[in-house]
Amino acid sequence: MRALFLRDLALAFRAGGGFGLGLAFFLLVAVLVPLGVGPDPALLARIAPGVLWVGALLACLLTLDRMFALDPEDGTLDLLATSPLPMEGVVAVKAAAHWVVTGLALTIAAPVLGVLLNLAPAGQGWLVLSLLLGTPALSVIGAFGAALTVGLKRGGLLLGLLVLPMYVPTLIFGAEVVRRGAMGLDVATPLAMLAGITAGAVALLPFAAAAAIRVNLR
Amino acid sequence: MSIWEYANPRKFMQFSAAILPWSVGLTVAFLATGLVWGFFLTPDDARQGSTVRIIYLHVPTAMMAINAWVMMLVASLIWLVRRHHVSALAARAAAPVGLTFTVVALATGALWGQPIWGTWWVWDPRLTSFLILCLFYLGYIALWQAIEDPDTAADLTAVLCMVGSVFAVLSRYAVNFWSEGLHQGASLSLDRKENVADVFWQPLVVCIVGFILLFVTLVLLRTRTEIRARRLAALLARERMA
Repeated sequence: MRALFLRDLALAFRAGGGFGLGLAFFLLVAVLVPLGVGPDPALLARIAPGVLWVGALLACLLTLDRMFALDPEDGTLDLLATSPLPMEGVVAVKAAAHWVVTGLALTIAAPVLGVLLNLAPAGQGWLVLSLLLGTPALSVIGAFGAALTVGLKRGGLLLGLLVLPMYVPTLIFGAEVVRRGAMGLDVATPLAMLAGITAGAVALLPFAAAAAIRVNLR
Repeated sequence: MSIWEYANPRKFMQFSAAILPWSVGLTVAFLATGLVWGFFLTPDDARQGSTVRIIYLHVPTAMMAINAWVMMLVASLIWLVRRHHVSALAARAAAPVGLTFTVVALATGALWGQPIWGTWWVWDPRLTSFLILCLFYLGYIALWQAIEDPDTAADLTAVLCMVGSVFAVLSRYAVNFWSEGLHQGASLSLDRKENVADVFWQPLVVCIVGFILLFVTLVLLRTRTEIRARRLAALLARERMA
């Protein structure tokens, strides 16, 4: 399990475009939005929570097809399937590695971009917390989508279509936490819902994803 | 004699061939009655005028859009548990019908909303969740299209249907979070005092029955087509082997 985790991390760091891609995309979104809508601070502060969450979500989506990247072609996936580690564990480890290179990195970078977008200081802490709680769900849901499309040659667009509607609840609650936090309102309800979705997704989706991979390997 | 006998494709083909003429006839009868009654023989609403008549298309299609997904969920479960091919094919056959109902419900809602709400579209909870349902249908259909091996495709779409159902319900309640929205609440419930007036209600029920029958008929027809396509593919494969 540990070896697989480290292998996926090493691949993400060394093979170009894994680690940096999501982060760079997130940065680009945060820089391009003010250029597009104009530099009005009040407007930026209003849309900052939504923009940051949408940016994080798209950055996650962009790197999903790398989760099982070449594994089905070079035989790694077959080896993993025959290894003592159950397929559920493989999926969970791969999702965790994906989360470290995207979700965690985005969470750490987010406050800087929050400043760029004039997010209220009160919202900064909630931004980090909501991303920390919400992005694992994005990675696990993405792992399920990637498992469904693992055998397909050009699954990129399909993967996006499958995964995006499932990202909706996370996006809504995540952005809501930041919005309420920035305005100094009570954040307990959306925060609990966000954490609940993540906990449910992390607990259940690896089984669905593993079932999908087994079907694909049949 | 149990219901599982119809899981046999031959049996299913016989049975569906026998009831199809009846279901087509009943569909036409109910839809014609309901729509003519609703469109031409009901009074204008006091405030909405003639636009109220769009309810006879909007409500039944919206109901069937959700029910079609539920039917796909049940069929997917039957496929995963008992591995009856007819069940998987019925789920596949129902998806485009459900998508069409979803789009019709969204379109009629927009047409009605323009004069009444003054806008084609608002990010109201019900409207938003229907848009998300529409995306789920698209993803489901796209996954069926993308995978070549029929059994693999059936398995994966069945899993997607189950997981998607959970997330569709979650999204429905997540969007409630914003506000109550513009869309009126339920006005057809049997357990409420205040419902829509009887003049509008009676033709609406006929229309709903008509759309249920339409859905059943279309799914039966499309499932028969799928079974025939599967048989054709098997015949072609056998020919190539020989």
